[in-house]
Amino acid sequence: MAGDKSKQNRTSQSQPALLKINNLKTPLFGPLNLSVAAGECVAIRGKSGAGKSIFLRAIADLDPNEGEVTLNGKNRNTMPANEWRRKVMLLPAESGWWADRVGEHFENTDNIDDLLEALSLPADIVTWLVRRLSTGERQRLGIARALALKPKILLMDEPTAALDPQVTNNVETLMRQQLANGVGIVLITHDPDQGRRLGDRRLLLEDGALVVERNTPDSEGQQP
Amino acid sequence: MSTYISLSYFDVALASVFIIINGLISIAFKLGLAQKLFFVSLRMAAQLFLVGLLLNWIFTLSSPWLTAGVALAMGLFAGREIWARQDKRLAGVWGYGIGTGAMMFSGMLVAVVALSAMIEPQPWWSPRYALPLFGMILGNTMTGVSLALDNITTMADRERTAIEARLMLGMTRWQAMLPFVRRSLRAGFMPIINAMAAMGIVALPGMMTGQILSGVAPQEAVKYQILIMLLIGGATGLGVIGATLASTYRLTDDRHRLRLDMLEQK
Repeated sequence: MAGDKSKQNRTSQSQPALLKINNLKTPLFGPLNLSVAAGECVAIRGKSGAGKSIFLRAIADLDPNEGEVTLNGKNRNTMPANEWRRKVMLLPAESGWWADRVGEHFENTDNIDDLLEALSLPADIVTWLVRRLSTGERQRLGIARALALKPKILLMDEPTAALDPQVTNNVETLMRQQLANGVGIVLITHDPDQGRRLGDRRLLLEDGALVVERNTPDSEGQQP
Repeated sequence: MSTYISLSYFDVALASVFIIINGLISIAFKLGLAQKLFFVSLRMAAQLFLVGLLLNWIFTLSSPWLTAGVALAMGLFAGREIWARQDKRLAGVWGYGIGTGAMMFSGMLVAVVALSAMIEPQPWWSPRYALPLFGMILGNTMTGVSLALDNITTMADRERTAIEARLMLGMTRWQAMLPFVRRSLRAGFMPIINAMAAMGIVALPGMMTGQILSGVAPQEAVKYQILIMLLIGGATGLGVIGATLASTYRLTDDRHRLRLDMLEQK
């Protein structure tokens, strides 16, 4: 697989952690530990309700939680939470919209043409009405809106759940570009193949703990 | 021009005919309003009878402490109305405290300034002036504050995805809540803005009509009405802003999170 080769080039075991999570816990899970290096993608699977989304929310500090989370060695508690979230960007499964037009949801629409193109979105989509958008368009615009802010870490919750294979491929290409630029990604996916394509490490969230996913015949998914 | 016409209790009872018609319509179309309308009318009449008696007594005694006590009781009662009119409300003492506090603070401030610097009765707290004035201010502020509060809490709950999307994009809690704070402020200001816009053209205000009916020259009544409307507008605005900002503060935390767990869990 082409993805595997670029994966090996991207990461080496000796890289220091960009994002480091120590004993992160909420009333619903934990304590969990995880570290993500620059340019590394950690793919997490788990049953519905296992707490994957809540885990990402806790990293982004969106819900009350305990534990130590650092970016480049800097504890998130030493900076305002809004600043933290700009660097450690959460992309939820359902994107939120608050204004009528697409463009109003971007801080700046000047330099997003490349992003839109990479996501197979027309450049004039910024003038469209949000209520006219399809689920897939919303999902991709959510990605574009987040990437435009150039975060250091991406916490992606099912980023391609509503997308067809062609567009999923575009999104994955964009994710690989981000990884190549040194962005770290924590990816939640239900799709084991996507986990294998993108994940430098694959983990399972089970019974409130993160475990390394083994290549069982089931998870390996034989190609026809 | 002192031609005051006294009403008989029969005249008053006759006025309920139209409410009864409303009740019948509600029953016919199963609108579920008849019972509410009936009880609220009864309650209104009983409250006013009692307050008439009470005012008589208070005016006769003319004590500053009693006046202050009655004003406080009015405020606490209006606060309960605000609390009851919210669909989603803040849990615990905050659900009652924010609305009541904002309304009382702005109402008292405006009433005290108006009494001591504009109307200037002797003494300035004279219950004959202080209580009706405070009552008018309170009634309108209550409407504004309850609308604004209902709006901000309902919106925080319903627009959670949008608010959190703004937080995820690196906004502070105040930035993230701003569009919804604006909408709540607008909702809170709307009744008083509408009332002011319609004043004198669509509606002759109650107090002015009352003064004219009891023999005061219209241009004198108009001066009073303008003063009162400006006071009401000012107090409503302060109350609405105070209550909305305090609720926004309570619905978020210092790590810029949306805290819907601060709402009453039904």
